[in-house]
Amino acid sequence: MTGRVITITSGKGGVGKTTATANLGVALAQLGHKVVTIDADVGLRNLDLVMGLENRIVYDLVDVIEGRCKLRQAMIRDKRLEGLYLLPAAQTRDKTAVSPSDMILICDELRGESDYILIDSPAGIERGFRNAIAPADEVIILTNPEVSSVRDSDRIIGLLEADEKAAPSLIVNRIKPEMVEQGDMLAIGDVLDVLMIKLIGIVPEDEQVLISTNRGLPAALANGSQAGQAFRNIARRIGGEEVPFLSLERERGLRGWLKRVVGSR
Amino acid sequence: MDRDTISIKGIRDGLMVTLGGGELAPLVDKLAGRLAEQGQFFQGGQVALVVGERLMGPAELEAIGALLARHGMDLWAVLSKNEATQEAARGLQLGTRLPGSGSELVGATTMPEKGTELPAAVRSASDEEQPGVLVRGALRSGRRVESTGHVVVIGDVNPGAEIFAGGDVIVWGKLRGLVHAGAYGDQTAVVCALELVPTQLRIAELISVPPAGPRDKEPVPEMASVRDGQIVAESWSPGYRGRR
Repeated sequence: MTGRVITITSGKGGVGKTTATANLGVALAQLGHKVVTIDADVGLRNLDLVMGLENRIVYDLVDVIEGRCKLRQAMIRDKRLEGLYLLPAAQTRDKTAVSPSDMILICDELRGESDYILIDSPAGIERGFRNAIAPADEVIILTNPEVSSVRDSDRIIGLLEADEKAAPSLIVNRIKPEMVEQGDMLAIGDVLDVLMIKLIGIVPEDEQVLISTNRGLPAALANGSQAGQAFRNIARRIGGEEVPFLSLERERGLRGWLKRVVGSR
Repeated sequence: MDRDTISIKGIRDGLMVTLGGGELAPLVDKLAGRLAEQGQFFQGGQVALVVGERLMGPAELEAIGALLARHGMDLWAVLSKNEATQEAARGLQLGTRLPGSGSELVGATTMPEKGTELPAAVRSASDEEQPGVLVRGALRSGRRVESTGHVVVIGDVNPGAEIFAGGDVIVWGKLRGLVHAGAYGDQTAVVCALELVPTQLRIAELISVPPAGPRDKEPVPEMASVRDGQIVAESWSPGYRGRR
């Protein structure tokens, strides 16, 4: 196996990186892949919470780096899905405990035994972000349809370009169709107009996500969730499948909205 | 140049600060004021001080040099017709002519006492011989492009990106970031873009902000320039034949 290392990042905090990482991990594992999620947010770890694995942490990323345990010992197997693992961050340390080359070494080791390695990047453009993107084969930019989030994503894309990384792809998270319709939220077309990268997912705002996040039960596990469905679709697109974008709109203005949202490019 | 005024111009080798006639002290105060306001645009520049017939001793020159140094600028030449001033400048290891200008600047440069044209050797920053920067591809948020000459971008300039040019700025794409043309004081500099919607547009020391709200009309190529002391943007017309 030669696993693909995919880093999920956004620049801005609070746009849903951790939730997206958890959900994509779940969705890829549901497709039968072996997936390792890595929490690169040393000092502010959350991915374990969202995945509902907090109480099973014994060793963490920094323990691996500093040689207190083997990589395999620090990897937590998901309780629901076979093939899904979490490498948690240390909570009592900070970003300087990890270096970009540490991340590259760890990912190289994981590549041999997994299909996907998903890295949950911390917010910001400093050390933690550098650690998260250093090993990445691909980068997914997560953005909210909101000017500050788009601005920060743009900065991140610029930094990736300067690093000569392959062009990242884009997930627009937490879109509210009815607000776009009323002109109160940026439409996908507006976001793409600035960011100019390939769109691989549109995730609607969904209360289910908040609920399931609090329960440590990623929405992609549940059937009734629109956001969960969106993440499952993204997972298939990551795998190379052509999956049409969700029609998120309510009953009215269905086609017109989709055209505005997706077709304006 | 009128009495009691100073001017700061971009030239090929940095900046040219010209002192008008009249008492020295108020002129130095004025210079200090301009630097306090705009010093950040000039930072790192080397300065040629043009003083005309004025007699200046080493102490006065040193004082101006120190003032410039406080704003991150380096006084490297004093252009004067007064031999004693030239002597004082040489004593301070300062140049007394601009490179490439031959001897005429030392002797024959008439100080622009009253709105006369600049001597040919002292070109504005936007002339063709200036170094320029060509950027292919979008300038994303956080990128900054600087040049003492012109800047040309083939691609969009996104909000959060910045362009500082001594000369003109041309964007073959959407200009949505911050742009400063004629950054060393050249008011004849222009900014052109296929879609001109900058966060802020500056020419020389003028600053303008495009009207808020969405534009309802189809975007057209536009050019911004200074007219009657104001920055105006006009749709680009094929009849344009260079600077007025």
